[in-house]
Amino acid sequence: MSAVALDPKTAPTFPMAAKAAMGDAQLRKNVRHATDVIQAKRARVVAEMPDWQDLREAGKQIRQHTMENLDFYLEEFEANCTRAGGVVHWARDAEEARRTIVSLVKASGSDEVIKIKSMTTEEIQLNSALEAAGVHPIETDLAELIIQLGEDRPSHIVVPALHKNRQQIREIFQRTMNLPELGDKPHDLADAARVFLREKFLRVKTGVSGANFLIAETGGVCIVESEGNGRMCLTLPETLIAVAGIDKVIPRYQDLEVLLQLLPRSATGERMNPYTSVWTGVDTADGPRVFHVVLMDNARTEILADEEARQTLNCIRCAACQNACPVYRQTGGHAYGSVYAGPIGAILTPQLQEMHHAQSLPYASSLCGACYEVCPVKINIPEVLIHLRNKVVKQKGLSAEALAMRTMGLIFRSERRFRAAQRLGRVAESPLAGKDGWIGWLPGLLGGWTQARDLQEMPKETFRDWWEKRGKNGN
Amino acid sequence: MSCVGEIYSLLNFVSGSLFSLEVGLRVSLFITCYNDTLFPETGKAVVRVLERLGHTVEFPTGQTCCGQMHYNTGYQAEAMPLLERFVTQFRGAEAVVVPSSSCVAMIRDHYPKMALAIGKKELIADVEELLPKVFEFSEFLTKRLGLEDVGAFYPHRVTYHASCHGLRNLELGDGPVRLLKAVRGIDLVELQGLEQCCGFGGTFAVKNADVSAAMLADKMAAVLETKAEACTACDNSCLMHIQGGLHRQKTGVRTVHLAEILAGDEGVAQ
Repeated sequence: MSAVALDPKTAPTFPMAAKAAMGDAQLRKNVRHATDVIQAKRARVVAEMPDWQDLREAGKQIRQHTMENLDFYLEEFEANCTRAGGVVHWARDAEEARRTIVSLVKASGSDEVIKIKSMTTEEIQLNSALEAAGVHPIETDLAELIIQLGEDRPSHIVVPALHKNRQQIREIFQRTMNLPELGDKPHDLADAARVFLREKFLRVKTGVSGANFLIAETGGVCIVESEGNGRMCLTLPETLIAVAGIDKVIPRYQDLEVLLQLLPRSATGERMNPYTSVWTGVDTADGPRVFHVVLMDNARTEILADEEARQTLNCIRCAACQNACPVYRQTGGHAYGSVYAGPIGAILTPQLQEMHHAQSLPYASSLCGACYEVCPVKINIPEVLIHLRNKVVKQKGLSAEALAMRTMGLIFRSERRFRAAQRLGRVAESPLAGKDGWIGWLPGLLGGWTQARDLQEMPKETFRDWWEKRGKNGN
Repeated sequence: MSCVGEIYSLLNFVSGSLFSLEVGLRVSLFITCYNDTLFPETGKAVVRVLERLGHTVEFPTGQTCCGQMHYNTGYQAEAMPLLERFVTQFRGAEAVVVPSSSCVAMIRDHYPKMALAIGKKELIADVEELLPKVFEFSEFLTKRLGLEDVGAFYPHRVTYHASCHGLRNLELGDGPVRLLKAVRGIDLVELQGLEQCCGFGGTFAVKNADVSAAMLADKMAAVLETKAEACTACDNSCLMHIQGGLHRQKTGVRTVHLAEILAGDEGVAQ
């Protein structure tokens, strides 16, 4: 059984979930350590690339061009994949994607599937749907296996079990694989997973994968991974079902030249990831005999229609923004209530929900810009966050905050009102200030400030008062 | 004007011809709403430095706020009239100097597309003309005037926090640090993780108070590690946040805007 999946529809608001997450000292330590390690590795391999900024720009241009011509490239992919012997299915939303995959698995005659790590299958909560249909999904990515066996939820796009340390992983393996003597060295854990999985690779006849890239020009599908478990899932089963968001398409095979330089360096801090698999349709000599691709929309066309938010779809899921984000580094991924955590999650998740849920996520950022700085395809995440905040404000209508903002807006539109407000502010706060001129408690919305900080009392004289006096004194 | 100031004016006048340094500029000060209200000393320091360098400072009194808080919180409609106000106040300025990176980032990164959204031709042209003349204070000194040594004296142990907007939006780089290194008497210590956000983020600090406080705790730990007497930056917003935490923890460490350090000279050494 898997744990209840992360679901933005039912998740608590970010500030509430973040508070709970930050109470877990072990989790914070694990997240801090893991993101520090990945960030340092990334910085090293990025620094050795003299053309890194050009590569980023090229990556951006490829993705932007694709999104501007998405319909064309999707149809090109469909035609070429079909020609190569693949079967392409279209799914409007998560529900349709789940239904299609479940029926394809059933048609393959298997009641088990081996899975390659795929955040898209997490997005649509595929495992629960498979289980409900009597199909047992087996995660083969080491991190996803840890999550599945630990009845946990992914907290990072690239390293889903990033919030667990070795001792915790050993405990999960000891318990679920019945290995009381298991050590906690990396090779102990890898050996245990290898023995556990090998038998499944050889037995299970149906595989489910996601996709890193769908190549329109050839109809090929590309997966990058570190462990080789993905390669097993792609080559051993008789039936292979790949599910991908329609945003995963790229125009040409040659575009991989840029994207496969950007992705591994940004994701795991490697020059090249250990396994890169590209397969095109089916081949009678080797590999799966039946190959399906499920192309899923699930709100991506709504995102595409929003000119200012469209760049969200350029994401290649490297998670560099998560590792760099000072908010994510404090809270870990679960606080975002979605499989897509961190800065990219803060913009992607609400949009996948057509802005009906997860409205606190666009505010889960100090707009520090560290995400934009590391993004390999230059998604201006702060800009999209601000755009989404504007949408949230419009949807919410009148509130105490909106009223305060409107009042402040009016004040700033007149010098006279601004000066009056400055005077009034000084009078209003004076009862709150202590003898030392500091305020330790503020009411209402402002109480968040004094939770951990003091506020200095307003000075007796504003700058403009001083300036005016200075002018009068003829200085 | 003090004696030091006069010497400096003279020096600049001489070096002006040698190193193409400019003197006698008419500088319009955009103090920003929160500096005006909460940090007048920073404004006075900016005036002092600029005048000491031989420039004239003007203060258009109709100025209020750049609209950053509204814009970044999602109230773009409220920010639009503030853009128009800013343009009206500073149209035709020779140079606009702002002692706040985040307000300059607001103006530079968002005003052009806001003007386009408003759609008034004249406004779009005005913004385009005005933008290259708007400078963050340290940026004005290092990039516009090409200065590092502005004749300051500040005999204290200081550490510098690179505010996010200055670092990433304005790409100030080591400009502020070069200015600080040229200050006489200063004991400048490097802050570990100086590029890490302090956790302020405007309304983020109240909307996500717990996360903000956790980020602040990391920043304060780094500041205390330096054993500095004061933490400086180009933004009083970050400093207000850091100072609020340092005061709550009764650390005795204070914060001071970069302009106030650069305004210090031997005559007014604190």
